[in-house]
Amino acid sequence: MRTLLSRARTWRATTRPARTRRAEKRRAGPRRAAAVVGSPLQLLLLACSFALAGYAGVRLLADDRFGVALWFVGAAVLHDLVLLPLYAVVDRGVVRAFGAAGHRERTMYVRVPAALSALLLLVWFPLISGQVDRRYRMATGLPADGFLARWLLITAVLFAGSALLFVLRLLRVLRLRRATKDRPPVVH
Amino acid sequence: MGRGPCQGLFPAYGRAMRDHASRLPTSPGFWRSPLRGPGFTSVLGLVLLVGITVLFLTGLLSYAAYNPGLSPVNDKTPDKGILGFYLFDWPTGPHWLYRLTQGVHVTLGVTLIPVLLAKLWSVVPKLFALPPARSLAHALERLSLLLLVGGALFEFVTGVLNVQLDYLFPGSFYPLHFYGAWVFFAAFLAHAALKTPAAVRNVRRMREEREAPARGLEGAEEMDGAEEAGGELISPRPDPASVSRRGALWFVGGGSLLLFGTTAGRSFDGPLRRTAVLAPHGGADPGSGPNGFQINKTAAYAGIGAAETDEDAWRLVVTGRTGTVRLGRSELLQLPSHSAALPIACVEGWSTSDQWWRGVRLRDLAALVGFDADPPDVFVESLQRHGAFRHAALRANQVADPRSLLALAVNGEDLSPDHGYPARIVVPAAPGVLNTKWVARMTFGDL
Repeated sequence: MRTLLSRARTWRATTRPARTRRAEKRRAGPRRAAAVVGSPLQLLLLACSFALAGYAGVRLLADDRFGVALWFVGAAVLHDLVLLPLYAVVDRGVVRAFGAAGHRERTMYVRVPAALSALLLLVWFPLISGQVDRRYRMATGLPADGFLARWLLITAVLFAGSALLFVLRLLRVLRLRRATKDRPPVVH
Repeated sequence: MGRGPCQGLFPAYGRAMRDHASRLPTSPGFWRSPLRGPGFTSVLGLVLLVGITVLFLTGLLSYAAYNPGLSPVNDKTPDKGILGFYLFDWPTGPHWLYRLTQGVHVTLGVTLIPVLLAKLWSVVPKLFALPPARSLAHALERLSLLLLVGGALFEFVTGVLNVQLDYLFPGSFYPLHFYGAWVFFAAFLAHAALKTPAAVRNVRRMREEREAPARGLEGAEEMDGAEEAGGELISPRPDPASVSRRGALWFVGGGSLLLFGTTAGRSFDGPLRRTAVLAPHGGADPGSGPNGFQINKTAAYAGIGAAETDEDAWRLVVTGRTGTVRLGRSELLQLPSHSAALPIACVEGWSTSDQWWRGVRLRDLAALVGFDADPPDVFVESLQRHGAFRHAALRANQVADPRSLLALAVNGEDLSPDHGYPARIVVPAAPGVLNTKWVARMTFGDL
């Protein structure tokens, strides 16, 4: 943690050294105008980007202006203000729970399988939830009812693997501890 | 309404405000993860820089593979304007070309999802950063980030839904994914141009720090002038770490590996396909025997009944320079027969291994209606009454290829109804939907 803090300090310190700040004050007039506008190269680049995005954007919005805009902006809002806070809060809860039990370092044994399982559910939700069951079966001639079972199986394997790893590591630690304890005092 | 509760609050006001402030996401102290920082973000950013560039290029190739410039029936985005500037005649070789480019497009896209999510997580404090704008350029950059994040999520969500046949999005997939890609890529280019130099510096610095930890401070000196390098992502009051930065990167990579491992197999037949346990068209094949391989749309789904494909009812109508010829299936079987080993490769990213097709060459059918030496384009119509690709146009180079067939049999057996009985098109390197099934009419001539 101390290294992290010092890292943060170094980063900040190196971004605006005192010398630069004094120089900025001296040339405040034209500098202030430049600061309000920003880098001209950056402006030019962004203008190009917006022009291209606008050209494609009017075509994207041509058919269902409201619906597409809703999806476009809604995707960002839903991710940043719902999905991310949700999993961050759940994760913090798990870390706290392990911390309260005095085993904060064991968080990863739950975090990894849970996150991987959630990731699979997120990506393949339409198939796993069965909401495209009928269309999938009709169109492809393939059964559509195995996805939930397979996802559950994968989840079980992930948690079981994590548990196995945890037990193996615990056993190794215990064996090491016993070995040190059993050693005759001469060796110390 | 007594004043009681307020008394005694004022001395603690300053501290309360500070505590309160760190409860708001606009305060840097709100963000507690010790993982966030320029290093973590830069590694993920560089992976996405390469990955998304490949996604965009393979996407453009897929668009070209439909030959949208050839005929309105192939073109789901007629208003594309200059966005089709690069279009070219899609080649017929190597015969696995579309299978490769589209397999990479979809499998890589699915694989990058954890990287995208981790990248967005790593920079989320910036979404709430105050002041909203330090300058005009900064304000525009933040606006551009809406296009970047919204665009990325829009592209990934429409793609992931489409491969699962979950058509929730507002409109046809083709224009949404195509125009959306250009909006996203416009913002992506600007973002990459503004951030890549700093990201490369950060990663180089991380490597130097790892190789010579004692020289860490010297490395920091080199960072001078790289103000936007992401130092503000470092939490001012981080929680104790529950995982190292390297561990977190392995975690993201593990997520990608899991998705890759459960998706990639659907580009192959046999035991490899069985490894794609959660992906559509993964797992087992729909049937066994010569016609057992993957089906895009079954006959029942396309509304094709036995009455129309019956030996007595079905006639192929071929039109060309010298008029119209009507051929029954038995007459087609008497024409010179050729075979070709070609895959079915779908825009959804799945494909089959090479199947052994047998039938009449398209150029022989062209010769039948007066195009002896110079096979032209062809307009193919299916018996299907609905579906976006019941009509398809093939270009002259596709018609001329000796492997392009009107197939009547596959793997040594008559086509099954689901694979297009009585006759279907197969063209090397073409997207699956241009391999029209249940063909009813073929019109040769320049389109």
